[in-house]
Amino acid sequence: MSAPAPDARRTGAQIMCEALIREGVNIIFGIPGGAIMPFYHALPEYKDRLHHVLCRHEQGAGHAAEGYARSTGRVGVCVATSGPGATNLVTPIADAWMDSTPLVAITGQVSSLVLGRDAFQETDITGISVPITKHNYLVKRVEEIPAVMHEAFHLASTGRPGPVLVDITKDAQQAHTIPTWDAPLSLPGYKPTLEGHKRQVREAVAVMLSAERPLILAGNGVIQSGASAELREWAELLGVPVITTLHGLGGFPEEHPLSLGMPGMHGWVHVNRAIQECDVLFNIGGRFDDRVTGKASSFAPRARVIHVDIDPSEIGKNVAVAVPIVGDARRVLRALLDDLAHRPGPAVEARRAARATWLTHIRDMQDRFQGRHKELNRPETTSLMPHDVYAALNRAFIEHSARGEGYRVVSDVGQHQMWAAQLLDWRRPRTHITSGGAGTMGFAVPAALGVALAHPDETVWAIVGDGGFQMTNQEIATMVQEKVRNVKIAIVNNGYLGMVRQWQELFEGKRYSGTPLTGPDFAALAKAYGVRGVTVEQVGDVDPAIASAWAHDGVVLLDFRVEREVNVFPIVPQGQSIGQMLVAVGEHAEGDDT
Amino acid sequence: MTHTIVALVQDHPGVLHRVISLIRRRGYNIESLTVGHSETPGVSRMTLVVEAENVEQVTKQLNRLIEVLKVFDVTNDPTVERETVLVKVQAPASARAGLIALTESAGARVADVGSNTMVLEVTDLPEKVEAFIDLCRPLGIKEMIRSGRIAMTRGSGGGAGARATGTPGGAAGRAAPTGQPVDSSPRPYRAQADGDE
Repeated sequence: MSAPAPDARRTGAQIMCEALIREGVNIIFGIPGGAIMPFYHALPEYKDRLHHVLCRHEQGAGHAAEGYARSTGRVGVCVATSGPGATNLVTPIADAWMDSTPLVAITGQVSSLVLGRDAFQETDITGISVPITKHNYLVKRVEEIPAVMHEAFHLASTGRPGPVLVDITKDAQQAHTIPTWDAPLSLPGYKPTLEGHKRQVREAVAVMLSAERPLILAGNGVIQSGASAELREWAELLGVPVITTLHGLGGFPEEHPLSLGMPGMHGWVHVNRAIQECDVLFNIGGRFDDRVTGKASSFAPRARVIHVDIDPSEIGKNVAVAVPIVGDARRVLRALLDDLAHRPGPAVEARRAARATWLTHIRDMQDRFQGRHKELNRPETTSLMPHDVYAALNRAFIEHSARGEGYRVVSDVGQHQMWAAQLLDWRRPRTHITSGGAGTMGFAVPAALGVALAHPDETVWAIVGDGGFQMTNQEIATMVQEKVRNVKIAIVNNGYLGMVRQWQELFEGKRYSGTPLTGPDFAALAKAYGVRGVTVEQVGDVDPAIASAWAHDGVVLLDFRVEREVNVFPIVPQGQSIGQMLVAVGEHAEGDDT
Repeated sequence: MTHTIVALVQDHPGVLHRVISLIRRRGYNIESLTVGHSETPGVSRMTLVVEAENVEQVTKQLNRLIEVLKVFDVTNDPTVERETVLVKVQAPASARAGLIALTESAGARVADVGSNTMVLEVTDLPEKVEAFIDLCRPLGIKEMIRSGRIAMTRGSGGGAGARATGTPGGAAGRAAPTGQPVDSSPRPYRAQADGDE
């Protein structure tokens, strides 16, 4: 089997494969079915350039493509058939939409001859996916395929990245034509603004220089645009402390003296206090999500806000902005740095010195809160605590990085995800991959598959709760089939849907409705899949288990049976100001009420 | 409050769905909607009348749609607004003369005469249309259809359709000499869009 000659007539399905290759795609995740069969028929002709990963559920294929995309910055591709295949992609598409992940989802559709007649496995997936895609296409003619595929990749990967769905009827896949590849993009309504406006840039620099208590809030945009080096230079030149949101983690190294950590609902007290006290808040590439702002009307009440975002509709959406800058995070930071370079050195120097006091004040708060409240650290108990798992993982990460070995972490959604964000040290961009905006349980295992295939030389840790694990664990079978060896799964197993249980404990009088959860023997399940599985119940066994998993050439599942009813602290009760933090059951951080 | 939004969109299948989806998502009701060709081939023009609390977010998100070329909130601008209504009323032969007189005095016209009914037509400002309908009610309205509103800003500039390829984002303001372009950014950014640099 080989691909047709360049000038030969070929099927729409062959054109789809060639379009993917032209866009630089070499791996796709999917499951075949009736309406996408012509595409799968063509695939073997391109197998040396286009590797297909057969997932066990389309949701898994979507999350795997997301993991691939988020860890590489390239467009992830997933494929499904019509009807249930397409609807199973809805969750990962919605997830990619909320987290601005570049994703192209290709779905087969019933033949155009029966479209709209409730044909077998017909679902209006373009209609369904309108509110969760950046754009979508219904392709009924083979001649449209090259241009649509090119547009889809262009839209998914430029401006604010996001998911694009391409639904191609079976007859269009089967029809023959000689493709025209060089048609220019026809997107008159799409021109993302990349460069920040000069006057606004100048204004932002002036505001930052005039600030006494400034803060930088770094979000997903910093990672997506590859702006870490520029961010670091900007923070260091100005001497401004940096906060990283859940999706900003890794965008600024946490061991840096200016790094403060994560804000928001499960952010640290000192970080949220700093936000409430700051006089200038410079948000680069974050969207002021409600998990960051808490009650938006009382968020950063003393701050003039500078907001840099590539999407104009994000600016002013949740938080009033004094200096809006529409543009790409890296390019805007470059422009800011250029402007700063033209300012008199002594002035910049003086401001930086003055800010040492502000940083000292924040560090004092940090010492006070993180040191005082034992629940922010490991409680005094001999049982296996979630904290033990994270402390051991962190030690392993430090040790292996020191040896120059790469690792990435994929977390799922819930308590274990917040502990990962809080308790692990994030140093490099694209090493922390999680489902943020959509909060999709079941994300981690399939996403880890995508990350592992994109980075075969690194070790990928999937940290997951026992609830989320049971939603998509069948993708372990995909790992086995694909001979993936570099995924290590750490289940933080507390026998509950833990985050919901925590809310029930704190806010609903301990009515544990629908949250106690049983599961199989996960280690035995791993063995059934053909990978190593280990149950860990004692504190002393954690480090050796992690070391052994890392050293093992193959997928390993570690089932950490942790203390069941442990809460993630601090927590801002929903709808309250981020100045209102619980640091233990019934206990507010002292001096709360900013 | 009630907003009048004008949107220029690519004449593609599904574009109406995309626009409506954004408004529906917030639970806003659309009071009226008209879509038709603009002066540019391939570009349709929508006039939406929406009862909305936060219309700025809606217009910004409309701008984000790939097939939307430009969006204007013309609520507070001087505009020419028109609406057409067709009203079928009872019209026995004995009443026709009176009806015709009424129709003429109201600036309407008779569109059809049947054996027992007449179809009256008026194209005017929405409030005038409203008044005409009130006038017809005592006559016994058998059927009625209102077209929905269309709007165009006054003045010599090219109006909302001056340049159909305006960009969502920084340059949106430059393209439209009349009408208040819905800049896809908040107030302080307006100056930037005007290109004062």
